[in-house]
Amino acid sequence: MTVIEAHGLRKAFGKTIALDGVNLRVDEGRILGLIGPNGAGKSTALNAILGLTQYQGELRVLGRNPWDERDQLMRDVCFIADVAVLPRWMRVSQSLDYVAGVHPRFDREKAEGLLAKTDIKRGSKIRELSKGMVTQLHLALVMAIDARLLVLDEPTLGLDILYRKQFYDSLLNDYFDRTRTILLTTHQVEDVQNVITDLMFINHGRILLNCSMEEFESRYLEVSVRPEHVAAARTLKPIHERQVLGRSILLFDGLNRQQLGALGDVRTPSIADLFVALMGNHQGKPAEETRGTGR
Amino acid sequence: MNTQSSAMPGPSRDSQINESRVMAPAAVAATRPFYSSVRRELWENPSIYIAPLAVAGLTLLGYLIASLGRALSTSDLAQRRAVLEEPFTFAMGVMMTTAIIVGIFYSLDALHGERRDRSILFWKSLPVSDLTTVLSKASIPLVLLPVLTFGIVVATELIMLALGSVVLLVSGLNVATIWTSAFQMSLLLLYRLVTVHVLWHAPIYGWLLLVSGWARRAAFLWAALPWLAICAVEKIAFNTWRFAAMLGQRFTGGPEAIPGVDSFFDPVTKLTPWRFLSSPGLWIGLVVAAAFLAAAVRLRRYQGPI
Repeated sequence: MTVIEAHGLRKAFGKTIALDGVNLRVDEGRILGLIGPNGAGKSTALNAILGLTQYQGELRVLGRNPWDERDQLMRDVCFIADVAVLPRWMRVSQSLDYVAGVHPRFDREKAEGLLAKTDIKRGSKIRELSKGMVTQLHLALVMAIDARLLVLDEPTLGLDILYRKQFYDSLLNDYFDRTRTILLTTHQVEDVQNVITDLMFINHGRILLNCSMEEFESRYLEVSVRPEHVAAARTLKPIHERQVLGRSILLFDGLNRQQLGALGDVRTPSIADLFVALMGNHQGKPAEETRGTGR
Repeated sequence: MNTQSSAMPGPSRDSQINESRVMAPAAVAATRPFYSSVRRELWENPSIYIAPLAVAGLTLLGYLIASLGRALSTSDLAQRRAVLEEPFTFAMGVMMTTAIIVGIFYSLDALHGERRDRSILFWKSLPVSDLTTVLSKASIPLVLLPVLTFGIVVATELIMLALGSVVLLVSGLNVATIWTSAFQMSLLLLYRLVTVHVLWHAPIYGWLLLVSGWARRAAFLWAALPWLAICAVEKIAFNTWRFAAMLGQRFTGGPEAIPGVDSFFDPVTKLTPWRFLSSPGLWIGLVVAAAFLAAAVRLRRYQGPI
């Protein structure tokens, strides 16, 4: 079943084009990672999907028009926009009461159970919680909702590695069950490489790459080329080349593993490396945070 | 999946089951989001009830110390009665004014604060419509505050009456008149709250809510300055104050609200509800209030964090 379907999605803020004719289709049970530099149009795309912004073109989320039916849609869609949105004046217990009061699919016991695993006290105000705890609370609230689509916009921004790891572990173990769908954006791409099932690169409001992780793994290969083979390797048209500790790392698209094995050590590239390669080839400058992650 | 899902109501995604799950809670819980939203407003703005309670407390303290003290210090029995009866109208007026001030400041922040602290993204991530949200916020000055004011004023005055009665009885004076007039006063208060605080002031709160949902900053200035500007333009262009007079009438409650009633000790029979209900100002005001609220609902759809 198709959860999100977009055709020719466009959105402009004055002269800035945030989305430039995006076509998109997300099926049930997928975890799609939407990756792009700042200002690429990720948040605009998510806002359109969540009914928070108007758009041109065709967009259906769970069969509904998000702009016209936001409140109905939100029975089946949850989102964490970034860690700062929980109201700071609220108490933890009040946030549970409120969501229980407005959401027909909220399972309070499940939320309480998830919170019991954390150090969050029921009587604390949200302003008193650490950033990591606020995210834990938000995740507990959202995971206790029996939703069909979960949208995460930079959910782990500003969190340390332990919280980030815990966040995705919790998401995969306690929430995701192959009948739900997750759409997430993040700059910390290395965190999600083993989480997502589908990958999408977006830049300047256009989709540069859209493939499943299986496709990604079979299509893109990275070779740490032995010095004597560098010239030969370059004739195979790598899409990117970089130097790490004096060795050339070449990234290939659509070549087979055996052929490349003769040139050096072959491995699956990290998403970050592919991102840098593709962004570099598409006029846009590689995003700062994905640079230099090569080993 | 089909056999499993019919046995277990768990996280199945069978489309038929989904249909029924969408329908069932919607029918059951139509008013729950509204109730929860109003409760949320009280959590966020405890001043809604703390301010009137604090004023009531101070009033009682003042009555206890000043009025009772003054009454006991005078030996003239007629004057003693006057001193005991005098503060009732004033106490009521203070508490009603408090409610109006709280209502104004609440309304100006109601749709502004959630954008300022970005929590609007959280509220909008839940299945609560903009209509429910705006109506729940409008219900604070238009329903909750008047009801609360009535309750607090009546409770406060009952305590004052009890204290005053003790002094009157000790002095050998009749307490019947003070109790009957207090009862009348409560009726007049109820009448005034419904007519002026709710019906007559509705467009004011509608306007304040609309501005709070629209202004990016300085909501108070946006709420007040356009009206002052119109007054100024009228004065300069025509040398008249008609618009200002109209605004003044809107604030004070107009001549229709409690005609001929100078004090809360006047009899209820002086009220002219039909005259109030047949005044065009009332109905125009209500239509304008509805238009402002509808605009605020529509506007919230487009608004995000500021």
